Amino acid sequence: MTTLSDPPKEGFRLSQLIYDTRYRSMTIQVVALIGFLVLIGWLISNTAQNLAALGKEPSFRFLTDPAGYDINQRLIDYTNQDTHLRAAFSGVLNTLLVAFLGCITATIIGVFVGVLRLSKNWIVSRLMAVYVEMFRNVPVLLWIVLVMAILIESLPPPKAFRGENATSAMMLNDTVAITNRGIYVPEPIFGRDAKDDKGNFLDEPTGWRVGLGDIAIGANAEDGSCKRYYATEGPGAGEPDTGCGTFQISLDLMAVLLVLFGGFYASHRIKTRADHIQEATGERPTTWYLRFGVVVVPMVILLYVLGFYLGYPELKGFNFKGGTHMRNSLIALWLALSLYTAAFIAEIVRAGIMAISHGQTEAAAALGLRPNRIMSLVVLPQALRVIIPPLISNWLNLTKNSSLAIAVGYMDITGTLMGITLNQTGRELETVMLGMLIYLTISLSISAVMNWYNNSVKLVER
Amino acid sequence: MSELATDREIDRSHMSVSDEVAIEIAGMNKWYGTFHVLRDINLTVQRGERIVICGPSGSGKSTLIRCINALEEHQQGKIVVDGTELSNDLKNIDKIRREVGMVFQHFNLFPHLSILDNLTLAPIWVRKTPRKEAEEIAMHYLEKVKIPEQADKFPGQLSGGQQQRVAIARSLCMQPRIMLFDEPTSALDPEMIKEVLDTMIELAEEGMTMLCVTHEMGFARQVANRVIFMDAGQIIEQNEPEEFFGNPQSDRTKLFLSQILGH
Amino acid sequence: MSDIGFVRKEMVPEQEPPASTTGVIGWMRENLFSGWFNTALTIVSVFFLAMILMGLVPWVLSPTWKAASLNECRDILHEMGREGHYAGACWGVIRDRWVQLFFGFYPADLYWRPIVAIALLGVALAPVLFSDKVSPKLFWFTAIFPVLFPWMLWGGAFWTPLLVVAGFVLAYFVYSYVERVASSLLALIAAILFAVIWFVWGVGTVSGVVNTSLGAARLDGQLEQVTTEITRLEAEVARLDGEIKTAEDAVTAVMEAGDSARESGGDAFRTLIAEARVPRNVLGALRAEKGIVDTNLSHLKSYKRRMELLPELVEKLPGLREAAAVARDALPASVSHVTTEAGLDKFKTRISDEGLDILQDDMKALEAVLKQENEVRFTEGSIDVTYADAARIGLRPVESRNFGGYMLSITIGVVAIAVSLPLGILLALGRQSNLPLLKSLCVGFIEFIRGVPLITLLFVASTLLNIFLPPGTNFDIILRVIIMATLFSAAYMAEVVRGGLAALPTGQYEGADSLGLNYWQSQRLIIMPQALKISIPGIVSSFIGLFKDTVLVSIIGLLDPLGLSNAVRADAAWNGIVWEIYGFIALLFFIVCFSMSRYSMYLERKLHTGR
Repeated sequence: MTTLSDPPKEGFRLSQLIYDTRYRSMTIQVVALIGFLVLIGWLISNTAQNLAALGKEPSFRFLTDPAGYDINQRLIDYTNQDTHLRAAFSGVLNTLLVAFLGCITATIIGVFVGVLRLSKNWIVSRLMAVYVEMFRNVPVLLWIVLVMAILIESLPPPKAFRGENATSAMMLNDTVAITNRGIYVPEPIFGRDAKDDKGNFLDEPTGWRVGLGDIAIGANAEDGSCKRYYATEGPGAGEPDTGCGTFQISLDLMAVLLVLFGGFYASHRIKTRADHIQEATGERPTTWYLRFGVVVVPMVILLYVLGFYLGYPELKGFNFKGGTHMRNSLIALWLALSLYTAAFIAEIVRAGIMAISHGQTEAAAALGLRPNRIMSLVVLPQALRVIIPPLISNWLNLTKNSSLAIAVGYMDITGTLMGITLNQTGRELETVMLGMLIYLTISLSISAVMNWYNNSVKLVER
Repeated sequence: MSELATDREIDRSHMSVSDEVAIEIAGMNKWYGTFHVLRDINLTVQRGERIVICGPSGSGKSTLIRCINALEEHQQGKIVVDGTELSNDLKNIDKIRREVGMVFQHFNLFPHLSILDNLTLAPIWVRKTPRKEAEEIAMHYLEKVKIPEQADKFPGQLSGGQQQRVAIARSLCMQPRIMLFDEPTSALDPEMIKEVLDTMIELAEEGMTMLCVTHEMGFARQVANRVIFMDAGQIIEQNEPEEFFGNPQSDRTKLFLSQILGH
Repeated sequence: MSDIGFVRKEMVPEQEPPASTTGVIGWMRENLFSGWFNTALTIVSVFFLAMILMGLVPWVLSPTWKAASLNECRDILHEMGREGHYAGACWGVIRDRWVQLFFGFYPADLYWRPIVAIALLGVALAPVLFSDKVSPKLFWFTAIFPVLFPWMLWGGAFWTPLLVVAGFVLAYFVYSYVERVASSLLALIAAILFAVIWFVWGVGTVSGVVNTSLGAARLDGQLEQVTTEITRLEAEVARLDGEIKTAEDAVTAVMEAGDSARESGGDAFRTLIAEARVPRNVLGALRAEKGIVDTNLSHLKSYKRRMELLPELVEKLPGLREAAAVARDALPASVSHVTTEAGLDKFKTRISDEGLDILQDDMKALEAVLKQENEVRFTEGSIDVTYADAARIGLRPVESRNFGGYMLSITIGVVAIAVSLPLGILLALGRQSNLPLLKSLCVGFIEFIRGVPLITLLFVASTLLNIFLPPGTNFDIILRVIIMATLFSAAYMAEVVRGGLAALPTGQYEGADSLGLNYWQSQRLIIMPQALKISIPGIVSSFIGLFKDTVLVSIIGLLDPLGLSNAVRADAAWNGIVWEIYGFIALLFFIVCFSMSRYSMYLERKLHTGR
């Protein structure tokens, strides 16, 4: 206790703020903070002055006004009488839709190309290299508008499908029509609820196979303006009191998802059991048909019970009716984003596989493992560590690039909130800030997943 | 380099060479592109033999033993391991690899698996051993290489010598009848070489058939029953260690020995 | 055991490998036909390749370079017997529009400026890209290039870039002086403060003084020069008018011949149409030339008028100022707080909304005062502009709205990357620092920028940036886009540099500390040279990314190649063109991006072997 003497007490001098390591970092931070606050204050006061001069007080009230514009490709019910908020929500869903579709196809194409790029076949690997360089070195926006222009210019118009001597024909047994107005594919429908133009059912709902219908959240039956939310399917179809709300949740979809997850869970259990048996006896039982069946069979039964069928597109007059209409804008965006991102993913996959040193493969081979086991037990677990983080950041890029939808008129969040809503309400500050916030939320969620993954697979080194 | 690999007396009671042929190589040739890397190799290894292969770098030593478990393909000649001819038949390759263990210069442990998982991987997936049993075997061999306490660590956490001993244990877990060593001590610091050599000596004392590419001449003197000298892709000279070191015949051998032993 | 002894008596000579593993056949066996799967792959891909080439090669080799419209292209292809959608490319559109796709609407007589600027860009990049082959002395040129480049493109007096450079030099002197007398931390703060003051007020004031004094001195000489120039240009116009007349006659003659030939029909008509192309092209070129001369002439005429009016305005100004000041003093208190037109509008709405009691006469007086003040401002402005014009020794200014084409992409890309690199380094250092506040500010900025798409930042540039800045500032859209692109690229750059910093062993920092270097010294001398070298491949790829992203400016209405392509496709003559124009633009980007990515790979290889 006595060996350490207190430092000599001396009065605080101003120069200590700069020369004393105890205070120095504090000084720097205070100066930085002051600078930052001055900057922010300056920006805010400018903004306030400018907005006051323009007579626009910042306010988000416009979000509840009727939007007054149509969204031609949408996942939820929406008409031009709906609010800007709902339009923006529809835009967010469209962003997520194209991002989701794009990530899946880009990953599939990317892995395929990346593996072929490593092929020992000279021609194949050259071809894949050309593909990768071609897409990586040209702006994605150019690909989007190019694909859009090609779709419009070179696909047949719907009228080419008409008449005796039609120049074009539908594909896949008359279920898919590829036209210059977009692609018509069969649509999944629960229950026999096909209606004619006047809203009358074409078929009587067939007994108990009518689907489960929707439940509405935030329902308000009093409100006359929500007539169009009347249930269109399920036992209460056509009844005016069943639903009206901001969000509607399809019970059919929920049931399908539930059974799907149940199936996957059961399949996982079977795999775990097989692992246990292998650990106990050394022999691994063959389980692929069980694992396959446990997913598929309950799903088939459920779909039958719900009265699932596909609504096919049909040529009526000058255009196709029925089915799901995927517009050119969606297709162009999806295709271009997938092909562009796939080029990057291919490089990542290639680098990931090449990063695993040859010694690892050799060592595994020397232990007598067969090539497929070497791949699944030694190479892939290590390669995935290298591949997954940049893969996720490429998914992130794809999601951000989907904002280029505005160039082809696909109504994502940029097209709705930061496009037409901005122009109609003149609320630049609010719409752009809100749009940025939405993108930021999506990006940060994806980054959070990536960080979690990175931490969980970190290699232990000494 | 000329000092002995170990100070203790080596127990030779189990070191016996039987008449049974473990490996037979006849008229083997190999090219890398147009480069003739192995020329007319003829070699018969009896069960229980401890062979040290030495020679200047680039002489084809490593290539030769890598051919034995088909890590490299040979273009001409015949290799028979334990009565199984090495052909393009995958079954034969699998069979041979199950019987032949290999230890690499750079260990090649799998960095994403714990030491125990490194050891049990092949027994479980290749030999179809139940996990519990595989773990018992693994622990047994870890004891043998004297690092059982490291079982749950990862390769990156171990020193080079420990990693190499794990690599030896990993091969032993497959209970091979032949062990190949490809310069097992070249990537190690001097103080770690000894611990790896000790492990190898113990293995030899148990009567394991070993083919060892190494520059450890002390090990060759004390443990090997035959030393092979290779140069320019061919076997130049082979003999019992005493003869080989005491009375080398070929000029190339003499030159090599004078360089490596520092005479 | 004794039978194992063996000594080789004679060496085995080197032999040829079996024939099946060497030569072309061996190569093909190895790379194309090893196993049935590989063989199948080879066959499929050769088939696929053949399909593509069979379609592509005839399309590319289509003799339509001279065509003046899509229909003409179709005619040419029709005559060759090629029909259909993909019969052949219509290259006429590229011949017709390539200049525009490169330069946008930049004045044609000034094309040399962007060309020289881009050539100098190569010189400036040389010491960075090929540090082992080029003398490091060239670095001073690299350092001033970010200032030189915009000056060459936008033009203006030569002292504007000098004043910018002077700002940095003076800030450095302030830093080293304060560091000597006080501490490095104070020096840094002082230097930053100085730089802010210099760039916000200093540059404007100094160049104002220079303009006024130099302009007054040069006024007479300029007036004389402009007058002779106007006379010369008028003569030029007269000459061009005559030539245009001749060319028009020639075209009319061919047209008339064509009309009579049409009645007889057949090949004669087609030949005549082809012949008509020559005089029509001559006419087009002449008209374009006259357009340029006309613009220059009207520009000079207005300049001359302004110079003639200048003495009068200068004389009038003090009186106007005084009158306005007196009138404002005379205003009643109820209205005197209104100082701008916008304020007046707002005041009026307040009067009607809140029912304020303001006399009609007071309002009239206020409006009169505002008008007077406006006139003062206008007079001041036009005096300033005229003095600046008269004083300008340097390059003719070009307005931003004339910028376009590939030149615009390169400009945005180069300026943004050059400015974002130092910014990115600072952000990276901030992110790596152990000062929690500084660190979280940097992390917040970087993650925010990286979390939103560039297009939203460009929306900020086009709609919001003017709202964030002091009222009345209205600088041009290209500058605003460059600012946002710079911030965007700085965030990505910061991550790249951070990667380089993280790759350095801690021993480097410790070594620098043990030598007694302070933070900035060790960064500048020890850390950055190594970290940046490691990061160059990453920096190059973020430049590729940024350069590709410049096409996004077409969405907010700038005329980069993609923006121009819309105009081309909307042109009646080229309506229906898709592949040719997009292919050409894609090729422009591909060439630059591909060579950069190759360079980056070369560098990575060099770094690998260098260690």
